[in-house]
Amino acid sequence: MKTAQIILPVLLGIWGSSALMAASLQESIQVIRSVGPEGQGNAAASAAWQTLSQSEMKSLPLLLAGMDGANDLSLNWLRSAVEASVDRAALKGETLPVSALESFVNDRSHNPRARRLAYDLIARANPKSAEQLMTRMLDDPSPELRRDSVQRLVDEADALRKTGRTNAAVAQYESALKPARDIDQITAIAKSLGELNKPVDLGKIFGWVNSWRVIGPFDNTAIAGYDRVYPPEEKLEMNAEYDGKLGKVRWKQITSTNEYGKVDFNEPLGSLKEVTGYAWTEFYSDKARPAELRLACKNGWKVWLNGRLLFGRNEYHLNTQMDHFKLEGELKAGQNTIVVKLCQNAEVQNWTKQWEFQMRITDAIGTPIFSTKK
Amino acid sequence: MKFLFTALSAFILFTASAADWLQFRGPHGNGVSDEAGLAAKLETENIAWRSVLPGRGLSSPLILGERVFVTCASGPKQDRLHVICFDTKDGKKIWERQFWATGQTACHDKTGVAAPSPASDGQRIYAIFSSNDMVCLDRDGNLIWFRGLMRDYPEASNGLGMSSSLLVVGGVVVTVLENEGDSFTVGIDAATGLNRWKLSRPKFANWTSPILLPSAGGTPLVALQSSKGVVAVDPVTGKIIWNSLSEASRIPSLTLGGDVLYVPVAGITALKLDAENQPPKSLWQSAQLGPATASPVVVGEKLLTLNNASVLTCGDVANGKRLWQLRLKGPFSGSPVVAGNILYCVNEKGLLQTVDTSKPEGEIVSTLDLKETVLSTPAIANGALYIRGNNSLVKLKGP
Repeated sequence: MKTAQIILPVLLGIWGSSALMAASLQESIQVIRSVGPEGQGNAAASAAWQTLSQSEMKSLPLLLAGMDGANDLSLNWLRSAVEASVDRAALKGETLPVSALESFVNDRSHNPRARRLAYDLIARANPKSAEQLMTRMLDDPSPELRRDSVQRLVDEADALRKTGRTNAAVAQYESALKPARDIDQITAIAKSLGELNKPVDLGKIFGWVNSWRVIGPFDNTAIAGYDRVYPPEEKLEMNAEYDGKLGKVRWKQITSTNEYGKVDFNEPLGSLKEVTGYAWTEFYSDKARPAELRLACKNGWKVWLNGRLLFGRNEYHLNTQMDHFKLEGELKAGQNTIVVKLCQNAEVQNWTKQWEFQMRITDAIGTPIFSTKK
Repeated sequence: MKFLFTALSAFILFTASAADWLQFRGPHGNGVSDEAGLAAKLETENIAWRSVLPGRGLSSPLILGERVFVTCASGPKQDRLHVICFDTKDGKKIWERQFWATGQTACHDKTGVAAPSPASDGQRIYAIFSSNDMVCLDRDGNLIWFRGLMRDYPEASNGLGMSSSLLVVGGVVVTVLENEGDSFTVGIDAATGLNRWKLSRPKFANWTSPILLPSAGGTPLVALQSSKGVVAVDPVTGKIIWNSLSEASRIPSLTLGGDVLYVPVAGITALKLDAENQPPKSLWQSAQLGPATASPVVVGEKLLTLNNASVLTCGDVANGKRLWQLRLKGPFSGSPVVAGNILYCVNEKGLLQTVDTSKPEGEIVSTLDLKETVLSTPAIANGALYIRGNNSLVKLKGP
C-alpha cells in the first residue's frame, strides 16, 4: 500500500507533465498552422517554432501529424522544426523512434510529405528498415515515395538487362511503368522497353486531351488581346461565326496525333503573329472529383474549366516543359467544358513560331484521368 | 563625394566583419574584395577542402565569420530547397534546413531553382529561390520567417527561372521579382518578413541583381536595373529617388566603382553619381566593353568585362577606351571576382583561371580544373576563395 502511495503520484506526475508537454506542442503546432499569405503569423510562428524545435524524440510523430491538412507554408515551418529537433537530439546522442516513425509512414492517411520526411528519418537511423518499407510503396500516394519505389524496380531491370536477362528485364520494366507517375521516369522506362522491342504508347500513358475545336485568329497586337474578351469567353456556340482579325472565323474540329499531345494552332489557323485563338473541348467524368489540368505552353494563355478561369500567363517563348502548370479544378460528374485561350506575340525569330499547347488531366499525383466519352 | 563612399563602407561594415562576404558579388556588390594577398596562383594543393552538396545551384556562397552558407535545390523537379551551413575551417556541415518549394520550379536547363544568391545582415541569413520561396534563418539555423512569394503573387514568375539575388540594407530585404507577368520589387522587413513596400516594375523578364549606392541621406540607395534603364530607390520607403537611361541589359548587372556606375547597355555606359541624389550624368559609352552573362568588375582604374567569345576586355574607367584583351577559356555563367590585382574567373566547365590585371596586356597566372560544372560567382573571405559547383563547395587557400 505504501509503495502504491509513492508510485501513484509519481506516475500521475509523469503523465501530467507528458500531457502538458503534448498540449504545449499542440498549441505551438496550431500557431504555425495559422501562418497565412504575405507573412501573416510569421512572428508568432517563429516563437512557436522554437518550442517545437526543442521537442523530445518521442514527440516526433505528433509534430509530423501536425502536417496533416496544413498549408504549404506551415508544412515548411513544421518540417524545419522537426529537422532542428532531430539535430539537437543527435548532439545529445538520443536515438530516433524508428518504430513509431514506421507506423507513421505506414498510415497512408497522413500528409504525403510528412510521411516522406518520416521515411527519410528512418533511412538515416536504420537503412534496412527503410529498404523494407520501400518494397511496399509502388502505389503510394506520396509521389516521392512512389518514385523511389519505382526507381528500385528500374534499377533492378537495368541490372537484369546488363546481364542479358532480357525477358526478366522487360517484365521488371513493365512492373515499374504501371505505377510510375513522373514524366522523366516514364520516358526513361519507355525508352528502355523500346530498345528491347517492346514499344510503349506514351500518348496513352500520359493521357493527352487531344480532341479540340479551335477558332481564330483574333487580334493580339501588342499582346493586348490577352486581356480582351472575345466572344468565345462569353458564350460557346458550336455553329457561331465571329469577326476575326483576318475575316470571319468559325470553330474547326481538330485531333492532335502528336505523340506528346501538342495542339498546334499554326496548322488550322495559319502561321500568324500577334493573334489569339481558342480551343474548346468537352471532358466527361464519371464522378465529381478534384483534378489537375496540367498544361505546357510557351505562349500567352488562359484556361477555363466550366466557365471558371483557373489561371493565365501573358508570357511568351521563354520556356516550358510537360506539366509545367498544374491547374487545380473540380470536375463535375458528366460533361465538363474546358476552354484554352492561346495568344501569339510579335517576335519573328525561328524559336518564336510555336503557337501550341499540351494538356492532360490527372489526379494530384499525376495519374491520368480519361474522358469517359470520346 | 568621398565622404559618401566612406559612409557607404561604414554602413556595410556596421553589422559584419570586413572579411565577411554577405551578398552576391561581395561587400560592395561589385565582385571586389577588400582583402590583399590572396594567392594568385591556385593549384590542386590549394584546395583546403571540398564538401559534397545535395543539389545544384548557381547561387554564391555567403561567408559570415567561420561559417559558410550555401543554397541548393534537389530532386527531379528541383522542388526540395536546401540552406546549408558549413564550417569554414574544415568544410564540415554544421546544419542543414530543407523546405518544399511552394512555387513553380520549372527552369531552363542552364539555370536552376537555387539561382539567386542569399544575403545576410550579419545576424540573419536571407535566402530566395526561383520558386520565389524565401527563408530567413539565424546563423544557427533557427527559422525566423518563411514566405511563399509565388503563393502570394501567383503571376510573379518566369518560365526560364528567376535569378535576381537579395540585398539587405536598413532592415529591409530588397527582393527583385521582375518578369513578364506580375512584375515588382518588394522591400521585406528583415525582422518580420512582412512587406514594407512594393514597387511596380517593367513587365519584362529580368535576371539582374540590385546593388547599393551611396546616398546624400546616409542610408544607401538601391540601384535597380531593368530593360527600361536604372532607378535608384530608397530601400526604407521604396520611393524612387532618380531614374536614368531608357534601357539596360537584363542579364549582367551594373557595377559601382568609386562614384561611377557602369551599366551594361550599349556595351557599357558609365554614369557619374551625383552627391545630392540627383540623376547621374553620362560620362561615356563603349560598345567594345559589352559583357555577356558575367557582370563587369572594376580593378583600380580598369574596368573588366567578359564577352560572348570569353574574351576578357580591359577598359580605362576614365573614358571607356579599350586597353587590352585576353582570351580565356569559357563560356562563363558566373561573374569574376577580384582581390588586389588578381581576377578569379571560373568557367562553366569548372576551370578556375586567375588573371594578373596589373600586367600590361593582362596575364593568366594559373588554371585549375575543379572537375565539375560551375555556374556561380565565387566568394572571397578571410584569405580564401569559395566556389560552389553543381556537386560540391570548394575552399581554396593560399600557402
